[in-house]
Amino acid sequence: MSRMGNAIYEINAMETLAARDQWMNHIHPLVKFILTVSYIAVVVSFPKYDLSRLLAMAVYPIAGFLLAELSFGKCLRRLRVVLPLVCVVGLANPFFDRTAVWIGNVCVRAGVISMLTLMLKGIFAVLASYLLVATTTLEQICYALQLLHLPRIIVTQILLTGRYLTLLLAEVNRTTQAYALRAPNQKGVHYKVWGSLTGQLLLRSIDRANELYESMTLRGYTGDFGYLGAHMHMRSQDLVYLVIWCAVFAVVRRVPVILWVGRFITGV
Amino acid sequence: MHMADALVTPAVAGTMYVCSAAVAAYSVKKVRLENEPKKIPLMGVMGAFVFATQMINFTIPGTGSSGHLCGGMLLSSLLGPYAGFLTMIGVLLIQCLFFADGGLLALGCNVWNMAFYGCFIGALIWQAVTKKGYSKRRIAAASVLGCVLTLQMGAFSVTLETLASGITELPFGVFVATMQPIHLAIGAVEGLITAAVLVFIYEARPELLYGKNAAVSAGGKLSFGKTLAVLAIAAVVIGGGLSLVASEYPDGLEWSMEQVAGTTELQADGEAYEAAAAVQNATAVLPDYAFQSSDTAAGTVVSGIVGSVIVVAVCVGACYVFRFFRRKQTA
Repeated sequence: MSRMGNAIYEINAMETLAARDQWMNHIHPLVKFILTVSYIAVVVSFPKYDLSRLLAMAVYPIAGFLLAELSFGKCLRRLRVVLPLVCVVGLANPFFDRTAVWIGNVCVRAGVISMLTLMLKGIFAVLASYLLVATTTLEQICYALQLLHLPRIIVTQILLTGRYLTLLLAEVNRTTQAYALRAPNQKGVHYKVWGSLTGQLLLRSIDRANELYESMTLRGYTGDFGYLGAHMHMRSQDLVYLVIWCAVFAVVRRVPVILWVGRFITGV
Repeated sequence: MHMADALVTPAVAGTMYVCSAAVAAYSVKKVRLENEPKKIPLMGVMGAFVFATQMINFTIPGTGSSGHLCGGMLLSSLLGPYAGFLTMIGVLLIQCLFFADGGLLALGCNVWNMAFYGCFIGALIWQAVTKKGYSKRRIAAASVLGCVLTLQMGAFSVTLETLASGITELPFGVFVATMQPIHLAIGAVEGLITAAVLVFIYEARPELLYGKNAAVSAGGKLSFGKTLAVLAIAAVVIGGGLSLVASEYPDGLEWSMEQVAGTTELQADGEAYEAAAAVQNATAVLPDYAFQSSDTAAGTVVSGIVGSVIVVAVCVGACYVFRFFRRKQTA
């Protein structure tokens, strides 16, 4: 049952990081959201053998993590979720793509390069998403989605799901812990109580939703969160930040920066 | 079944975003027409519920493993297809942002593979099976059938989207043969768990089941004809969109075309092999045959390594300088 405990811990940790009074956290959420999506789009757009040029895209997460004073180690834990499927897909490449590629005097299968490229893309995408969530609260992300004209129903629903997530996780954690204590030496929930255990939780959640609706109505809820992001304004430095990074992405995508710098230094 | 960003190209991701957005827009319209403000908080709490209960391990009898609840099917049977679909979008977005379970760019794919099939096809199956009334047996049958079929469709879509993106050399047949049986077993287990929960709800509070409540208007129901029309349009969009996208990536698609056409493998086909090599040479910094003269190759490799180190060092240095001046400014 520690899985739920970990989930609660991770959500709280991310909320704490996003609530810090830090330079990166004050950048407009729309800018960070657009940058994250653009970065991931550029990263995954690299051809499958273009490992050297893709490496230069590490600039964004490196700079972001350093500027936001985030820990790479904590983020790397998230890779355990992403890498398995990527590995399953990528590990086949060396077996099916046997074209010979010479790197110096070493002969490598092209599939190995495409596998490494694939894994690197997965890692970069996770780092960029982490950077966004660690510097932006869910409310701010919802505000950015609202600015992108995502329907209010979806935005409100995402916001409420986020707000009630910790509460319901804690409730499910308590329930499963209580069950585990009364059913020792048993892995998971026995099939005879699949329905009743989860069903009771479901009924409680629905009742909670009704209470929530009633309390929201009493406070003037009319189907919309009008105050969301009311105090956030786009500053000129936010736009500069956006333009600079977009320019960097464009340059790195078009130009083999790493090879150029390397040749300039080594003279080869 | 959550797809990572690395598994899709921007073109495939964009196509799937458009498809998912179209279904989302239609769902928003239908939920608004239902005009039930109470439903919005319910959707939020149900999203959190699905997320939380998916972390419960349910022991599968006779095996050492465990399964979890099928969110799409459960939501569509309680909230209906439209509200269920919108709720699943929220769940998938939060899973992707907070737990790196699925990618931000691949969100359109994940919404399609899990939310669309789970909620819309699931609702179609739910309505077809419970058309003549509700009973424990029918609810169980609808849940198991719905979970199995929607997971099979989702898994097949994952295969198609990955191959259309051209990022794997895994042949179509092998990929499908790997994905489908695994998800058949998962679907059956998830179906049984979902069935157990829905049967409990049927016994305790039957009015909560979608379609069981008399207050649900006929307009909120998903007609068979409309669903088929949506599916047909989606199939054309995806088929056309993905085949256009895939044509840029000869490896994956040509292999699957070879499979369909019954001809030999890509490796044995000289023309396709040369075409792939040409694309690789044109786009890659490390082209296949350019490095066979080792002097130039070694130089390039050294340049690459040195360049990487320099770029990273400059980047790190600039950040520390920035932080230094920033702290000085705030102090």
